Amino acid sequence: MIAYTLKRLGLALLVAVTVSFVTFMLLRFSGDPAVALAGPDATPEEIEIVRVTHGLDRPLLVQYVDWGRRALQGDFGISPYFNQPVEKIIGNRLSITMTLGACALSFAIVLAIPMGVLAAIRPNTWIDRTALTVSVIGQAMPSFFFGLILIIVFGVMLRWLPISGSSTWKHFILPAVALGYYATPAIMRLTRSGMLEVLGADYIRTARAKGLRAGKVLFKHALRNAIIPVVSLLAVQFGFMLGGSLVIETIFAINGVGFLGYESISRADLPMVQAIVLLVSMFYVVLTFFSDLLNAYLDPRIRVK
Amino acid sequence: MTVEKSAELPEIVFPTPREILFRRTVRHKGFLIGAAILVLIVAVALLAPVIAPHDPYWQDLDHRLQNPVWYADGSWDHPLGTDNLGRDYLSRLMYGARISLLIGISAMLISGMIGTSLGVVAGYFGGRTDMVISFLITTRLSMPVVLVALAVVALIGGSLTVIIWVLGFLIWDRFAVVIRSSTQQLRGIDYVSAAKAIGCSTPHILVSEVLPNMLNNLIVVATLEVAHAILLEAALSFLGMGVQPPLPSWGLMISEGKDFMLFTPWIIAIPGVVLSLLVLAINLMGDGIRDITAPEGRS
Repeated sequence: MIAYTLKRLGLALLVAVTVSFVTFMLLRFSGDPAVALAGPDATPEEIEIVRVTHGLDRPLLVQYVDWGRRALQGDFGISPYFNQPVEKIIGNRLSITMTLGACALSFAIVLAIPMGVLAAIRPNTWIDRTALTVSVIGQAMPSFFFGLILIIVFGVMLRWLPISGSSTWKHFILPAVALGYYATPAIMRLTRSGMLEVLGADYIRTARAKGLRAGKVLFKHALRNAIIPVVSLLAVQFGFMLGGSLVIETIFAINGVGFLGYESISRADLPMVQAIVLLVSMFYVVLTFFSDLLNAYLDPRIRVK
Repeated sequence: MTVEKSAELPEIVFPTPREILFRRTVRHKGFLIGAAILVLIVAVALLAPVIAPHDPYWQDLDHRLQNPVWYADGSWDHPLGTDNLGRDYLSRLMYGARISLLIGISAMLISGMIGTSLGVVAGYFGGRTDMVISFLITTRLSMPVVLVALAVVALIGGSLTVIIWVLGFLIWDRFAVVIRSSTQQLRGIDYVSAAKAIGCSTPHILVSEVLPNMLNNLIVVATLEVAHAILLEAALSFLGMGVQPPLPSWGLMISEGKDFMLFTPWIIAIPGVVLSLLVLAINLMGDGIRDITAPEGRS
């Protein structure tokens, strides 16, 4: 287990460095940061001055190493828009995005796991088919469209919930639903197929044969085993959600990292964009690292491979 | 007394693989529904210049935000109403289908080439090569697609071509993952060994022996990636950093209608529903092809 952990940790670090390098280069090759910094009305001379003062005239590799070294110390540079350190601005907004992500994930779990279990207990019945239909439609509807529908129906027509901002817990309900529903089909399908597999296993037959109550067999024996792959999927989905929350935060005007990312992209605030892309990627790397470890801990066969 | 009855039994005719496939296709409801919707949308996209009632860019500022025909004040002149610039919504919707399909298919072709090449090479050679490519896949998966696509498109400047290339270069991961594991399964199979034994070159084995035998998997991923690309394009255009106005991208239509959606909800509902239908149809077809070609793998 220790060898496996170290190997995974090494891989995660390597991925982290590669991602930071790729995103840095990608953004640099897509546009000239000096032009973006100097603003639309700048003369060529002014752009040159900006280029030299920000060190953008140095070789790209030097710039990357310099940026990476500072990033490791938690210094992501100054945002030209806010005129403040990037990490300070992001830090203020991170908790909002995390709250949104956690709410969305909870919503997805509460919806998807019971649905998956029900579908597996009664395969090929109307329950199963309804669950399948919901998941197929869920995968097809773009999240921004679903978000807008929620705003129209629950925010404007019924007036039950606020539709923009993030000041109270009520503000998080609609965005969490809009963000979370996208993860439900995958979670539901995995729960269903896992449950179907486990319910056909010998130990479930044994448990039933020795006269255990159906509920106990279902939850204590079946679900516990079927849930293992679901847990690692949840970690991955949480990582995806932080990336996807950009769209939802923009629709609901939630002042989180996603909305900040969108605004920073519109303002060509490159240090900010770079830091946010890196942050979201790192989150994903860390989450998959832990989900791999969890899987290896629960299923020793993985460690050997 | 001899028993002669057995002679009367009809001869057993085994269906050919093609017949089995056909029967499964006809019985698969999801596939049929998906195919029907998709054929309809593709037909509308192809015939848009012929069947669209108006020019999708023509602005009639005297008739802005006109309601669709099912409202009391709607008229058959604009069956789905007009947008905030008085452009015929039905015509824009029809031309929008072209944009979605064009971007979806082109981005899928680019990402398919990248992902399939990487997957085949990683799966066939294994070892170090596999390690490097698997690492590339992990790296790609760690990058948030929407965020990166948005940033790159915004910096380069949004246009149809830019979006196709950016998406094509971003969404090859599923191709690589699926093709890699399919290749691993095929690597040890007899006909591949036979091709090796008679001295076929490695590129020949990869292209003529390995690839054709996982065509089913490839088609399934390709379908799902078309849907994926269409959704991403819609999201980018919705956020104002994808297809640029006045092009009638469905994502852009939702974005432009957003400001009026409280008074005229249909203005976002129409493109939204059509977009969802298109993605739904493609997904149904993808799932259907998987069920039809490999029924034993159904979960």
